[in-house]
Amino acid sequence: MKEPRLDRRAFLHGGAGAVAGAALALGGRAAWDAGSRPGAEPAVDDPGARAAGHEDVGRATVPFYGERQAGVATPAPAFASFVALDLVAGTDRDALRRLLRIWTDDAARLTAGRPGLADTEPELALVPASLTVTLGLGPGVFAVPGLEPSRPEWLAPLPPFAVDRLEEAWSGGDVLLQVCADDEVTVAHAVRVLVKEARTFATVRWVQRGFRRAAGTTAPGTTMRNLMGQVDGTRNLVPGQDDALVWHDAAAPAWLAHGTSAVVRRVAMNLDTWDEVDRPAREVVVGRRLDDGAPLTGSSEHDEPDLEAVDAVGLPVIDVAAHIRRARTADPQERFLRRSYNIDDAPPPGALSASGLLFVAYQRDPVRQLVPVQTRLAELDLLNTWTTPVGSAVFAVPGGCREGEYLAQRLVEP
Amino acid sequence: MARPHRSATSRTVLTLVGLAVTLTACSGGADPASSATTTAEQAAVPSDTAATATPQPDAPALLDAWVKAADSGMTGVFGTLTNPTASDVRVVEGRTEAAGMLELHETADDGTGSMVMRPKEGGFLVPAGGEHVLAPGGDHIMLMQLTGPVLPGDEVTVVLETDAGTELTVTAVARSFSGADEDYPSDGMSSMPDGSGSGHGMAGDS
Repeated sequence: MKEPRLDRRAFLHGGAGAVAGAALALGGRAAWDAGSRPGAEPAVDDPGARAAGHEDVGRATVPFYGERQAGVATPAPAFASFVALDLVAGTDRDALRRLLRIWTDDAARLTAGRPGLADTEPELALVPASLTVTLGLGPGVFAVPGLEPSRPEWLAPLPPFAVDRLEEAWSGGDVLLQVCADDEVTVAHAVRVLVKEARTFATVRWVQRGFRRAAGTTAPGTTMRNLMGQVDGTRNLVPGQDDALVWHDAAAPAWLAHGTSAVVRRVAMNLDTWDEVDRPAREVVVGRRLDDGAPLTGSSEHDEPDLEAVDAVGLPVIDVAAHIRRARTADPQERFLRRSYNIDDAPPPGALSASGLLFVAYQRDPVRQLVPVQTRLAELDLLNTWTTPVGSAVFAVPGGCREGEYLAQRLVEP
Repeated sequence: MARPHRSATSRTVLTLVGLAVTLTACSGGADPASSATTTAEQAAVPSDTAATATPQPDAPALLDAWVKAADSGMTGVFGTLTNPTASDVRVVEGRTEAAGMLELHETADDGTGSMVMRPKEGGFLVPAGGEHVLAPGGDHIMLMQLTGPVLPGDEVTVVLETDAGTELTVTAVARSFSGADEDYPSDGMSSMPDGSGSGHGMAGDS
C-alpha cells in the first residue's frame, strides 16, 4: 500500500472538523478495533469484544448541532432512509417555520439517543447507533410565498440525460429527510417520528432505503462495493481536504453558509444481464480490477490510472469507454462527495431482483460540478449497458444550527 | 375550577434559554443530584425569545412540555414535572390564554372498569427531589374552551400554580398526536366547581 489510503481515522478527523464543536463518537471503527486489537480473539468468539461492540455501535452518537449538518462529511453508517416529502398546498412561511422547529427538536433528541418529544415508542429511541438526520430543501420549498428570491440558481431538477428513464415515483420532492444510522430499527423509528409529526404539513412523496456493510464487518476506510461487485467510490473527495468543493462558505446567503447540495439519483442495475458478463469483461467495463479496485494499469486501489497505457497490440489498457476514463476530468471543479447506498428491493412479479444504487452526491453547485460528469457518462460509458437512472432529485442542504435555533431558520426568518 | 387566587407576593417571570419552562419564586433547598438530572434532561426546545435570565435548576419545572394540536374544543398538555427542592410541591391550578378553562386531570377507573379522565383531587403531587409524569393515558393538564386553533409547532404558554403560591410558566410546543383523545360530548360539560361528575371517556389509549 504505497499510496496514502483514505483511512477512516483521517476521515473522522476531517468529519470532526466539519462538525463544529463535536467530538465524533466512533461506531464501526470502535467495533472493528474491538475485534482486531492485537492478541484479541476474533470478536465473534469473544463475549467481551462482542459486548464492547454492541455498546460502541449502539451507543455511538454523532452531534446534531454544529456549523454544518451531520450526515454529509460524517462517516456513512450502514443504513439510510431518504424520505422526500411534498409540502401541502398553501404552505406559508409560518407553517414552514413550525415544521422545521418540530423536526429540529425531534432530530436533536433522537440523534442523542433520546425519545422524540411526543414519542409513542420511546424505547426505540434509546439506541442512537450514530443516527444522523439531515435536512434538504427541494425547489418546491421556494414556492412558499416570499422565498422564491432565495432559491439558488442551481436548485432545480438536473437536465435530462440520454440514459435517463426517470420515474415520478423516485424523483423530485419539496423536502428531503436523510436519516442514517448503524441500526435499521433506529432508522425506521426516527423516520416514523419525523414523518408523523409532519403529517399536517407535508405528504410523503417517496422513501428510498439503502444499505452498506454493517458496522464492525469491514475495516474502517474500506471503499464500499455496489451490488455489481465493484469497488464504488475510490476517487472521492476527502472531507477536511476538499471542503471548498462541498461546502458553501460565509459568502453564501446566511441560510446556505456551511451548507451544500444533495443530488439523490436512483440507478437500477440489470443484474441478470450483468451475470452474462465474464470477469475480464467486467473489469474492462469499469477500468478497475474487481478484487481490489486497482486501475487496470495499477497495482492498488488508489493508484492513478494511466489512461495512455496500451497493451501489446497497441489498444488502450483502460478502454476508451471504460467508466473511470469517461468519469475523469481535467477540471478540478468537476468533483463531488459521493456517499451512495446499495438498494435491493422486492422484485416485481417474474423478476429475480430489483437491485441498484442510490447514488448520493454532495457539492456546492451540482450544475457546475456534477452535471458535466453525468453528461459525459450519459454520452458514453460501458456501464450504461447495465445501469439505468430511474430517479433523480436535487436538494439544497442548509447549514447546521446551534442549540435554540432550528434548521434553515435563516431562510425562513431572515 | 376557581380562578387562581393571588398571593401578595410580587413575582418575576423569568424566561429561560433552552428550557421549555420558566418559573418564578423558588422555594426550598436544592437537591444537587436532582438538579443534575434536570439539567441533563433539559429540552432543546427552539425558542425565538431572546432570553437573558439565568436558569434556576433548583426550582420546580415542567420539562419536555408539549400540547396535543387541536383545531378547537379541548386538548391536553404533557411533560415531566420536576421538583429539585427539599419539600414536596403540589401543583394545584393553572391558567392559559389559549383556553377558557384549565383543569388538572387524572385518568382513572371510574369504578365500573371504564377509564375516565377527571379532575385530580389535590392536584399533582411532585415529591421533594422527584418528578411527576404527565402523559397521555395518565395525569395531564386539560385545556378546555380553546380560544383558537392550536396548530402543530405552535407554542402555548401555561402558568401553573403550586400550593405554596409559586408560579411556573410553561411553554408547551404543539404536536400532532393521535392518542390522548379528549372525547368530551361538548365544551365545559365536565367542569364542576367541586370537581365531581366530570368523568369523560377516553378513546385511543390503552
